[in-house]
Amino acid sequence: MDNFIQFSYVVAAALFIFGLKQLGSPATARRGNMVSAVGMLIAVVAALLDQGIVEYQWIAVGFVVGALIGGAAARMVEMTAMPEMVALFNGFGGMASLLVGWAALVPGSSTFTLVTIILSILIGGVTFTGSLIAYGKLSEKLASGAVLFSGQQVVNSLIVLGIVASAVMFCVEPANHLWLYLVVALSLVFGIMVVIPIGGADMPVVISLLNSYSGLAACAAGFAVNNNILIVAGSLVGASGIILTQIMCKAMNRSLSNVLFSGFGSGKTEATVVEGEIKPITAEDAFYILEAATNVAFIPGYGMAVAQAQHVVKELAELLEQNGAEVNFGIHPVAGRMPGHMNVLLAEADVPYDQLLEMDDINPRMENVDVAIVIGANDVVNPAAREVESSPIYGMPVINVDKARTVFVLKRSMASGFAGIENPLFYKDNTRMLFGDAKESIGLLVREFS
Amino acid sequence: MIPAEIFLTFILMLSIFLGFELINKVPATLHTPLMSGANAISGITVVGAISLAGTGAHDIANWLGAAAVALATINVVGGYMVTDRMLAMFKKKGK
Repeated sequence: MDNFIQFSYVVAAALFIFGLKQLGSPATARRGNMVSAVGMLIAVVAALLDQGIVEYQWIAVGFVVGALIGGAAARMVEMTAMPEMVALFNGFGGMASLLVGWAALVPGSSTFTLVTIILSILIGGVTFTGSLIAYGKLSEKLASGAVLFSGQQVVNSLIVLGIVASAVMFCVEPANHLWLYLVVALSLVFGIMVVIPIGGADMPVVISLLNSYSGLAACAAGFAVNNNILIVAGSLVGASGIILTQIMCKAMNRSLSNVLFSGFGSGKTEATVVEGEIKPITAEDAFYILEAATNVAFIPGYGMAVAQAQHVVKELAELLEQNGAEVNFGIHPVAGRMPGHMNVLLAEADVPYDQLLEMDDINPRMENVDVAIVIGANDVVNPAAREVESSPIYGMPVINVDKARTVFVLKRSMASGFAGIENPLFYKDNTRMLFGDAKESIGLLVREFS
Repeated sequence: MIPAEIFLTFILMLSIFLGFELINKVPATLHTPLMSGANAISGITVVGAISLAGTGAHDIANWLGAAAVALATINVVGGYMVTDRMLAMFKKKGK
């Protein structure tokens, strides 16, 4: 029987891998997710066949409770709220690994097992509370800015020392549960401490990283309970999170340590003098320019999602196409609050995915674009990243909308973006500001067309 | 016979490399479903939690295991369902 269970895990691992491979293209991705889910089902059924199980009622209770909560959350979540949901799920994954690591502690465990138990508690605990803070910041239940205080580094160093010391003592005398409780408590505190100094525009990095941790925690739990399917699946997730973290950091031209420790977006002020003047435009004038345009690019940011403007944007895009224009969407990797967030929001509004261009694909075409329409994006189109060396975002790759013949910037007011940086784009000669709620402004343009 | 620690570490090493290769091929447009799908896969902890929840010992390890089953199941069920919901929305032009 045991061999059969182990063999089922091999099949499950193969299905996870194949499922992820199919996620390589939007055409096969949905099937890939199904394949992966079948793999999970096989693994769970195999685990239920374990001879060591003498009663099933608590397993069943766990299944029912988890399935009800998970199913309800998956059905009800708004696409704008995906980052919060993913953050919360990262946290649950971390907590589950913490509990498994803890429960795996039996008298007479080898030192290797004790070390892996500590690792699953540590990574799981940090993931859990870190994700809860990330959830709070993303859903704006907590202030989204960075929290910095003097002596923060000292406090964090003391916590790390405390964790290391308790972990060593735990391995020396595993029978004394005080050390175990200390590791659990300090890990949970540490999770809070590592996420509070990160805020604002850096949140996509944080959820990617926590995603990775939730996988690594599962991996460590796999070592603790000596189960290789946990190790395979956990490290796939760990690798995925790390790659996304790297992509996010690169898209912001920052190193991971800079994101984790510098408290960017903590309201630092900066005095860049911007030349030129703001030129507002009315919806009517904007319409005349758009009517004559043959190539239009939309550059959406999180502001589009906040204004719930994606559906009218899709309508306008269709009208422009009927008018004979080529329409594309330029998506910056850190537009939105998690990797790929804009793409999901636009897919929800029925924008076909082949119209969504990545930054590196749209930038070379920008010179041929008649009108670039910036909706709720700010920092990701900021030319200061190329031109102003003193700017905090200098060197960050941006979508070069200022190279288009005309730029429309839809904006509620002149307030700076998520990261609080002045944007010289608004003062350029070819820029026109269309002030007002993005949804209303686009709606006006749609009405002008029809 | 290879000691279990070495064997498991070997699996870890290979899976990490495989993970990097696989995920690097996922296009940016699918990064959100990739993350929620990864959430679902990290719910694999449920497999480790099941045997702990079914010992019948009614000790602390048993209760911790049962709680872990519930939490990991949230990830598995919620993760796969929401990923499917998102992926169903991705359409090619003209379809």
